[in-house]
Amino acid sequence: MDLTPLANADLRSTPLRRDHCTLSDWSTACAALEAGKLTLLALWGEAAAVRMALLDEGAGRIGVLTLPAETAFPSVGRHHPPAQRLERAVADLWGLAPAGAPDARPWLGHTAPYPFLPVEGDSLHQVPVGPVHAGIIEPGHFRFTAQGETVVRLEERLGYVHKGIEALMTGAGLARGAELAGRTSGDSCVAYQWAFAQAAEAALACPAPPRAQHIRAVLAELERLANHLGDIGAICNDAAFAMMLAQCSILRERLLRATDLAFGHRMGKDVIAPGGVTRDLTPDGVAALEAALAEVAGRLPRLVALYDGTASLQDRTVGTGRLSPDLARQFGAGGFVGRASGRSFDTRRALPYAPYDALAFAVATRDGGCVNARVWVRFDEVQESLGLLSQLLASLPGGPVRTDLLPARATEGAEGIGLVEGFRGDVFVHLALGPDGRIARCHLRDPSWFQWPLLEAAIEGNIIADFPLCNKSFNCSYSGHDL
Amino acid sequence: MGLILSLLVQGVQMALVVALAPVLTGVVRKVKARLTRRRGAPVLQPWRDILKLLRKEAIVADSASWVFRAAPYVIFAATWVAAALVPTFATNLQFSWSADLIAIVALLGLARFALALAGMDVGTAFGGLGASREMLFATVAEPAMLLITFTLALAAGSSQLSTIAGAMAGPEMGLRVSLGMALVALTLVALAENGRIPVDNPATHLELTMVHEAMVLEYSGRHLAMIELAASLKLLLSLSLIGCVFFPWGIAAPGDGVTTHLTAAALYLAKIALGGTALAIFETAVAKMRVFRVPDFLGIALMLGLLGTLLLFVSRGL
Repeated sequence: MDLTPLANADLRSTPLRRDHCTLSDWSTACAALEAGKLTLLALWGEAAAVRMALLDEGAGRIGVLTLPAETAFPSVGRHHPPAQRLERAVADLWGLAPAGAPDARPWLGHTAPYPFLPVEGDSLHQVPVGPVHAGIIEPGHFRFTAQGETVVRLEERLGYVHKGIEALMTGAGLARGAELAGRTSGDSCVAYQWAFAQAAEAALACPAPPRAQHIRAVLAELERLANHLGDIGAICNDAAFAMMLAQCSILRERLLRATDLAFGHRMGKDVIAPGGVTRDLTPDGVAALEAALAEVAGRLPRLVALYDGTASLQDRTVGTGRLSPDLARQFGAGGFVGRASGRSFDTRRALPYAPYDALAFAVATRDGGCVNARVWVRFDEVQESLGLLSQLLASLPGGPVRTDLLPARATEGAEGIGLVEGFRGDVFVHLALGPDGRIARCHLRDPSWFQWPLLEAAIEGNIIADFPLCNKSFNCSYSGHDL
Repeated sequence: MGLILSLLVQGVQMALVVALAPVLTGVVRKVKARLTRRRGAPVLQPWRDILKLLRKEAIVADSASWVFRAAPYVIFAATWVAAALVPTFATNLQFSWSADLIAIVALLGLARFALALAGMDVGTAFGGLGASREMLFATVAEPAMLLITFTLALAAGSSQLSTIAGAMAGPEMGLRVSLGMALVALTLVALAENGRIPVDNPATHLELTMVHEAMVLEYSGRHLAMIELAASLKLLLSLSLIGCVFFPWGIAAPGDGVTTHLTAAALYLAKIALGGTALAIFETAVAKMRVFRVPDFLGIALMLGLLGTLLLFVSRGL
């Protein structure tokens, strides 16, 4: 399609123009999505409009369509299934109905009884799991239809941790907004706060100083390392291989403590703020981080060997929960889910932002699409993150770590976009500021929106007992998704 | 005197197995914790848990029938009797005339049957899932166990455990390939029977992967205490069985004095501790296998049992 309504890739540094599109633009975009020429980045509602962020992977461009809508808008999900849940959420939160949508049930709203999809067939039985699970995980309901042990269909029911983050954002100041963004999904607070800061800086055309960008990247890579190590251990533990969990937990804990020493918070929460970072990295902090990273780098080869050399573990992970590359591409799955199925999309590389545009790293990609591939992508990314962190810590530029954002510039409202590669995938933030400099509308799109539906596809034909393994290898966010 | 001593030994044995079983579970957990660089709970923790459960209220699901309430006692009773029949430190048990391997297999089968019924009785999806998996495993595990019994019975000339233990400890029983096969097969069956890794994970919180735990998910209070105690007893029974059949050294024979009995008891404790440690090391080193791989795994035990029996027939024929 003609990409003229789509703005350029430097959206992160310049305010977004808010041009209303026509119905025919909208349907052209739907057709392009259906044809696979564009990837859906986000779809969200506003007071009297529906908005859709699109990505042209080939050209590395993002664009945002704005369709004025009073009560209804033409369904995108009818042409492009990945949009369905997003549309249902728009209907729940904004009362804008997707006209012609194949699925009219609520999604995040939990006010009415929820009809699950009907299942017909011989000797099928249903296993309801959740929303409350054993163990410390978030709430979500999984409805399995199984024939014996084989899963015929999995249907997810989410929305149990809907907190109204976007409603809280409206009318809040930028500082409060950054705090809320960091609390959308606890394990990705750095990615969210960075994406939020990017959006704010783009809206006000006021980039953060280079040293702040570097420190943000340090935090983001530490977050990625800690989460990937935790995931690798947890996946193996779900196959009852507790040894790996024990080893990974020790390394993760070392990293978290070093982060605490360097930044005053174990997860690096509230360090990134619009305009820069709230805390500079001291030489002591650098030393603490380098010591922890050296330990991780030293132990990593043994962990890789332990994973690679344990036949009973490989027997569980290889070929389990296979996700086809076509589906990963169609849904625009980010993070390890997409990269383990051959979709080598990484925001840091495809739509680079400072400081990644000046760093050397490889995008880890595997083709297996199974649990094993997702574990290996994580191992590879741990390796890459270690390399990135040593580059970052060695090349910290001097200068201030924060600039004053000037909300006064937003005379008639300004909009901006943030897109950051979190450990799970690309976190997308759209921010609209009001004339008073307060937040008029902020939309946060977790990468899990495009990964949860793929889990349903990946488990099909597997046995029920392998679901925890598949689920852990996807490790989608409940909180970030439920908003 | 002989009767008094053998009654006493039988009584001590019955009390000993109950007292010891949760401690063994505690030891296995402790070793596993140490191996994964954790401090771990005290070895007496399983006992404390059982006592705590006994004091707690038993919540019974609305959909449960009398089967659900009766099953824990049946399971515990059957397992306790089976555990009391296996010679631990002395072969002159009062009930040794009934201490037949086939009787033990049957008692454990009864406990399993009651557990599977209880799992299905509440009508939850997990209970049914666990029961169906348990029965899938049992269809291979039980014949394997019987074939092992035949191997041992052919080698020792009796299926009675005291006789087998006596024959195994005796000088005329040399190294035999069949016995090695029986040992491997019995170990595999014991792992499956006790729901240990790689067949089942006793420590998991993942409902969908459970076998034994899925069937007992709905139990609480004294019912759960009975089931936990029975599970511990079963583990002790399996280790005792392997100990008394394949490593019967130092076991007290009929007519031995009190001192021999005491030494035998100390040796028995050492054997069990060693077995528990070996189990913990093994469990730490392997991952759990897929549910549908378990019949293959138990099939190995079945084949080894069959081969052992056949080899004994052939060698006897020569």
